[in-house]
Amino acid sequence: MRGATHAKWAALATAVALAATACGGGDSGGGGGGADGIVSSSWGDPQNPLEPANTNEVQGGKVLSMIFRGLKQYDPKTGAAKDMLAEKIETTDSQNFTITVKSGWTFSNGEKVTAKSFVDAWNYGASLKNNQKNAFFFGQIEGYDKVHPDKGEPTAETMSGLKVTGPQTFTVKLTQKFSTWPVTLGYAAFSPLPQVFYSDHAGWLSKPVGNGPYTIDSYSKGSQMSLRKWDAYPGPDKAQNGGIDLKVYTDNNTAYTDLTAGNLDLVDDVPASQLKNVQADLGGRYLNVPAGIIQTLSFPFYDPAWNKPGQEKLRQGLSMAINRQQITETIFQKTRTPAVDWTSPVLGKEGGFKDVCGDFCKYDAAQAKKLVAEGGGIPGGTMTISYNADTGSHKEWVDAVCNSINNALGNNKACVGNPIGTFADFRSQASTQKLKGPFRAGWQMDYPLIQNFLQPLYYTDASSNDGKYSNPEFDKLVNQANAESDIGKAVGLFQQAEGVLRDDMGAIPLWYQNGSAGYSDRVTNVTLNPFSVPVYDQIKLK
Amino acid sequence: MGRYVIRRLLQMIPVFFGATLLIFLMVNVMGDPIAGLCGDRACDPATAAQLQKEYGLDKPVWQQYLTYMGNVFTGDFGTAFNGQPVTELMADAFPVTIRLTIVAILFEIVIGITLGVLTGLKRGHPVDTSVLLLTLVVLSVPTFVTGLLIQYLLGVEWGWINPAVSPEAPFNELIVPGLVLASVSLAYVTRLTRTSIAENKRADYVRTAVAKGLPRRRVISRHLLRNSLIPVVTFIGADVGALMGGAIVTERIFNIHGVGFQLYQGIVRQNTQTVVGFVTILVLVFLLANLLVDLLYAVLDPRIRYA
Repeated sequence: MRGATHAKWAALATAVALAATACGGGDSGGGGGGADGIVSSSWGDPQNPLEPANTNEVQGGKVLSMIFRGLKQYDPKTGAAKDMLAEKIETTDSQNFTITVKSGWTFSNGEKVTAKSFVDAWNYGASLKNNQKNAFFFGQIEGYDKVHPDKGEPTAETMSGLKVTGPQTFTVKLTQKFSTWPVTLGYAAFSPLPQVFYSDHAGWLSKPVGNGPYTIDSYSKGSQMSLRKWDAYPGPDKAQNGGIDLKVYTDNNTAYTDLTAGNLDLVDDVPASQLKNVQADLGGRYLNVPAGIIQTLSFPFYDPAWNKPGQEKLRQGLSMAINRQQITETIFQKTRTPAVDWTSPVLGKEGGFKDVCGDFCKYDAAQAKKLVAEGGGIPGGTMTISYNADTGSHKEWVDAVCNSINNALGNNKACVGNPIGTFADFRSQASTQKLKGPFRAGWQMDYPLIQNFLQPLYYTDASSNDGKYSNPEFDKLVNQANAESDIGKAVGLFQQAEGVLRDDMGAIPLWYQNGSAGYSDRVTNVTLNPFSVPVYDQIKLK
Repeated sequence: MGRYVIRRLLQMIPVFFGATLLIFLMVNVMGDPIAGLCGDRACDPATAAQLQKEYGLDKPVWQQYLTYMGNVFTGDFGTAFNGQPVTELMADAFPVTIRLTIVAILFEIVIGITLGVLTGLKRGHPVDTSVLLLTLVVLSVPTFVTGLLIQYLLGVEWGWINPAVSPEAPFNELIVPGLVLASVSLAYVTRLTRTSIAENKRADYVRTAVAKGLPRRRVISRHLLRNSLIPVVTFIGADVGALMGGAIVTERIFNIHGVGFQLYQGIVRQNTQTVVGFVTILVLVFLLANLLVDLLYAVLDPRIRYA
């Protein structure tokens, strides 16, 4: 039995190895409790370099929300834009603004935050030379077309609409009236930047310096970022914990497993496959709250077959053929809320959230069939819904939507899904108007304003109007709303514009997306803000 | 022998260029990577054009390929979209995956060959039957099932290991993932060794060795095993490359920031530079591993002579 002895040895070696692993892997969490404790949280590798005007996705946004404070800050609960660094923002005509920056604020390297810190940062963000992906946020400022022309080389270094008038004051001139413009200033792209950003750009990128409640202690790209509480932070929202360790996970399932094994404190994206277990695993330590994200179906208005008079009835019929309630419950386990308008519940009533869609967003097979017939039927008899198949598990819901439409119309060939391999390919086909038939469109708000849900998506030739929807009446109402200085009236005008969108059914609202998070029993006071990002600075350790 | 090695090395050149050109073309037909970079909102055209220029995407594909290959020979693999040089990504990812591969190969060699020899010598014995059954089970269960199951049992239920490997990924944390990664190949190695041993057991040279009165241990290790290992070595050699590139499932499950994960990210984000860079290195690894296998043949079997 000599061979058997060998096998025994191998088994023994494995056992020893396993034991060694257990010892090595023993340390979890880290740090003590209380106000000095460190919270560990899951993270994804940011897609772009971490610069305020260059970060357009959630993962990088999380970091910016911790290390930067801008003129305005969105309330984590209500989403209302409150003054942070802004002492006052004054205007008489909704077009010329005078901004006073509070004194006493510094960057974490000691440099004072002045009016120049903002103006320089905005000019940097807007300049075409710097390739900033969020440059268009500065598009309303006068002189933007000189530093960021649609074609050719820039003819100016700075925007003429920005002027520093004192150490702590500057003026902004917009190209047209935009009464709610100050509300947009809470967006990360409008953050101030210290001088070292320009003088040692590579150094800054490897370890960003900001003016928020946290400083970056260490950053190893692709694996972990350690943020620590900045004790000298002058703001009112000081960190309630000693710091945050953001750990990059290859898969959110692994992050969730690590949470249940007690090695991680916070997972801000509970994987769909775990939703069934979440109650048993975490008890009450699970959050599922609406975020400023809406999914819609866009139509190819650039395609003559989809842009005939009378076809609004077809689109309305299709909308009524989708059983939103059932799909959100069965496929999304209630992590989506059926949509009743084109905005988001996080805006609240005052912000403009209202059931504008009415019966058109309610499932009614008979009425749907009738309307589709009146609208001339589906062009070509069959329509496809295009989506990217690589991420976001869109296949399941697109198939469900198509099933729902087919059932309602009593026609098995009315609708089929059209998967596109990668997100990049999907986006490049969508933004160059190559898609045939309706396609999925997701929108995550930049700032909690009804304007942000309507203008970039449905205004004629707007930046994200991929379906090329266009209606002069809609455009006129949006212009009026932007010029209106009374916020309440402006919101009313935006809602009227939404009414136009409904009558045209310019896009079918599907559902609002919720943010989800699970946390360990070491931490309390975990909340998600309207952008579905955890409010890290308020997390407390037991 | 020396001439053979040189000929093999020369043969690698066209394979290398062909493989990289193919992957370059494949990544390029996937569409415009810049469009994916801006998320659900379209990039404004001016910025998109500027970015295309920066990454050289505005030039024809053949020109991009030539520029790329020219840069590769100076050690410049380009820049990933997050601003990191691809060489930096490689320096982070390859050591981790090499460690994982070493663990997996060691499992294959130690456990696979031991079990194979054992069962090959005792065909029909209960040990043989049970090992065969076991390998059948391992072969039929997909890696991600084994991986998730082991991760759950050892990591969450019993708490023996951390479910996620830390960014540094030291050897001791890679033992369980390595075993999972090796599992399927391990079963193949076992079966391959078993068949090979069983076949050669009745060969003339083994009978002669036994007749000469050599000790059993020497017959098995010097005569039987040495000849039986040729197909196994071929398999393990080819597996080195396959494990490095194909570790993606295991790497995702156990949070290992290795080559598989970087490749996956590169493909999802359509990052030409990352994908082509990593695949270029993997092609080299494959080629070298195959060369090594061919050279090992000669060591194992003196009858194999090369011109």
